[in-house]
Amino acid sequence: MKANPKAVLTGTHFIDGDQACCEGALAAGADFAAGYPITPSTEIVERFASRIPTVGGVFLQMEDELASSIAILGATWGGAKAFTVTSGPGFSLMMEHIGYAAMTETPCVFVDVQRGGPSTGLPTLPGQGDMMQARWGSHGDYEIIALCPNSPQECFDLMIDAFNLAEQYRTPVMFMMDECVGHMTEKVIIPPAGEIEILPRRYTALPPEQYRPFRPCSEGIPEMVKAGEGYRIHVTGLTHDEQGYPAMDWQTQQKLVGRLVEKIRRNASKIVRYEERHTKDAEVIVVAYGITSRIGLRAIAMAREEGIRAGLHRPIVVWPFPDDRIRKLAGKVQGFVVVEMNYGQMFYEVERCAAGARTLLVPHGGGTVHEPKEILAAIREAVR
Amino acid sequence: MREAATPCQPINPVEPFLRTERMPHIWCPGCGIGTTVNCFARALVESKISPDKVAVVSGIGCTGRVAGYLHLDSFHTTHGRAIPFATGLKLADPSLTVVVYSGDGDLIAIGGNHFIHAARRNVDIKVICVNNFIYGMTGGQVGPTTPIGALATTAPYGCFERPFNLPFLAESSGAVYVARWTAYHVRFIAHSMMEAFNKTGFCFIEIIAPCPTLYQRRNHLGDGLDTMKYYKQKSVIKNGANTKDVELDFQGEIIVGKFVDIERPALKQTIDRQLQQALGSRYSGVGGP
Repeated sequence: MKANPKAVLTGTHFIDGDQACCEGALAAGADFAAGYPITPSTEIVERFASRIPTVGGVFLQMEDELASSIAILGATWGGAKAFTVTSGPGFSLMMEHIGYAAMTETPCVFVDVQRGGPSTGLPTLPGQGDMMQARWGSHGDYEIIALCPNSPQECFDLMIDAFNLAEQYRTPVMFMMDECVGHMTEKVIIPPAGEIEILPRRYTALPPEQYRPFRPCSEGIPEMVKAGEGYRIHVTGLTHDEQGYPAMDWQTQQKLVGRLVEKIRRNASKIVRYEERHTKDAEVIVVAYGITSRIGLRAIAMAREEGIRAGLHRPIVVWPFPDDRIRKLAGKVQGFVVVEMNYGQMFYEVERCAAGARTLLVPHGGGTVHEPKEILAAIREAVR
Repeated sequence: MREAATPCQPINPVEPFLRTERMPHIWCPGCGIGTTVNCFARALVESKISPDKVAVVSGIGCTGRVAGYLHLDSFHTTHGRAIPFATGLKLADPSLTVVVYSGDGDLIAIGGNHFIHAARRNVDIKVICVNNFIYGMTGGQVGPTTPIGALATTAPYGCFERPFNLPFLAESSGAVYVARWTAYHVRFIAHSMMEAFNKTGFCFIEIIAPCPTLYQRRNHLGDGLDTMKYYKQKSVIKNGANTKDVELDFQGEIIVGKFVDIERPALKQTIDRQLQQALGSRYSGVGGP
C-alpha cells in the first residue's frame, strides 16, 4: 500500500529531527496521537496537532503519560494508526502500557527523545540513558523492537519503518531519538507518496465464528480485527489463550509469552539493520548510535590519519541487537570501542557478542556530546 | 462457540450478551457486580442498539472482570486506565458506544485523574462505577470511597479519611449525566443505563453494591441479603438532588436517583466545531483518511 498523498509533504525541507519525526509519522499513516508536554520531544506533537486536522485524524493532549500511552492503544483497537511521544520521565511512566501493548499485541509507536537523566535530569540536553529501559523497562518478559535515527532525514525515514514494523509484528516499536538529533536542523527529503511503502494492518479475512484473536498465523503473529465489526473480541493484559480469554496456568503462560518472544527473535535477522563505514579493513570498530555515531565518525577519521584502521558499526535497529554481525566482526578485529551517552548500556551487548575481543567503553553522562579526542584515545588503546 | 438456542429451550434474555463459556464467574455469593451486569444486559436488550457497536472497557479489580464476561467487544485494560483507553477508542471510531465498567478503587483512586479529565472533556463514554467501598480483588483494603470508621485490612482501626462523594465529583468535573443507585434498585439501574446509552457525553452511574466477603463481613454487617435489606430501608430516591448533599457515611442514609441530566457539547463536537471554525473546508475530521 502507498502512503496517503494528503499526509505526505513531498519536497526538500530544512527541518529538525522532531519535525521530521512528525512528518514520518504522518507519511506512515498515523491518524491518532496522544501526548503530554515534555522537553525535548514536544515539537513532534505540536506539529502533529497543527498538521493532522487537514489530513484526517486527531491529536489529544492527555492529562499525563499514563493516559497518553493507553489512549493510543484504545485508538489502535478502534482502527487508528497511533503513536505517542515523550522523553525520560514520561517514558518511565509509559512502561506499564509498553507491557500492555506487548501482551495484547497492539501495534503502535512510542517515541522517546532522550535527555540527560536519571529523574528530571537535564530536560533540554541530550542523553542516551534509556536504551536498556526501552528493552527491559516494563515488567515481565517480552521482546521489543527499537530504532535509533542519527539525523533528521532518518527521523523521517525510520518513523515509517517503525510503523511498518509495528504492524508486521503486532508489537509496540520504540523510536529512540536523542535531544541532539531531535533539535538538529538539516536537509530532509520527503519523497512523493507513491514512493512510500506502507504496511496496512493485518486484518483477518475469517468470519467471526472461525476467528480466534490470538491464534498465531504466519510468522507466529495473529491477525487483527478492530472493535465494532461484529467479532466481539476480548482483549486482556492477563495471560490469555487463543480466544483471548484469561487462563491462569503455566502452560498457557509458556505458550503465550514464548510466542511473544519468539515472533521477534525468530525474525531478528529480518528486523536487524545497521550501517557500517570503513569496516572492510578495520582493526578496531567503533560501535555508536544516534548522535554519538556522528562524533564517532570524526574520531575514526582522526584515527585513520594516524594510520589506525578504524571503522564504524552503527546499529539502526538497536533492539533486537545485531548479535550475529558483532560476532562476525569480532573474529576480524582487535577490539571494539563502544561510545554512548551513558555509563554503559549497549556496551554490555557488544561485550556479550565480542567473543573475547577487547571491548572498551567511552562513557558520557549526557548534557553534551563526546569530544572526538576521547574516542580517539580509546581507539588507540584498543589497538595497543 | 455458543450453540444456537433451539425453540424448545427458552433462554434467559440476557444470555446472548454473556460469554457463557466463561461461567462460572469469579464473583462471590452475594456480590452486587453480577446484578449490575444483568441490568446492563437488560438495558442493552431494551435500548435496541446493535451489540456489535458496543465496546466495554474495564480496568483491574473485581468489577474490572466485567469486560471478560460480556459477549461484546471487550477490553480488560490496566489498573485505573480504562477511561483513557476508552477515550482513544471512541475518538478513533465515533460510531461505537463505549462503556467503561469498573470499580471505585480503579476509577477513583488510581484512575481518579483520568476520571476528572474525561468528565471535563465530556468525552462521549458511559462510566459505570460499582462502588463496594473496598478493594475486593486484593483482599479488602481501604479505598477512596471507604466510609469513615469502616474497617478494612489496611485500616484495621477504622478508616480515618473522608471519602469522595462520587456524584458531586462527577458533576463538578463536567459530567452531563449523573445517577446513583444501589444493587437493590435493579430497574432503576437498567433505566439509567438506557438513558446513558441515548445520551451524548460523559455519563456517570454509581452503583452501591455489597462485598459480603470483605466489606460486610469485616464490618459485621451480615451477608448479601442483609445488605439488600439495608439498601431497601435506608435508600431515599431524590431525583434532581444537589450532588453536594448526597455524601455517604457509614451505614447511613443513601440518597439515590438521577441527579444530573444536562446538555453540553461532547468532545467530538467541540473538536469539530473549533477546527471547522479555524480551518473551514480544509478540516478533514477526526476519522482517518
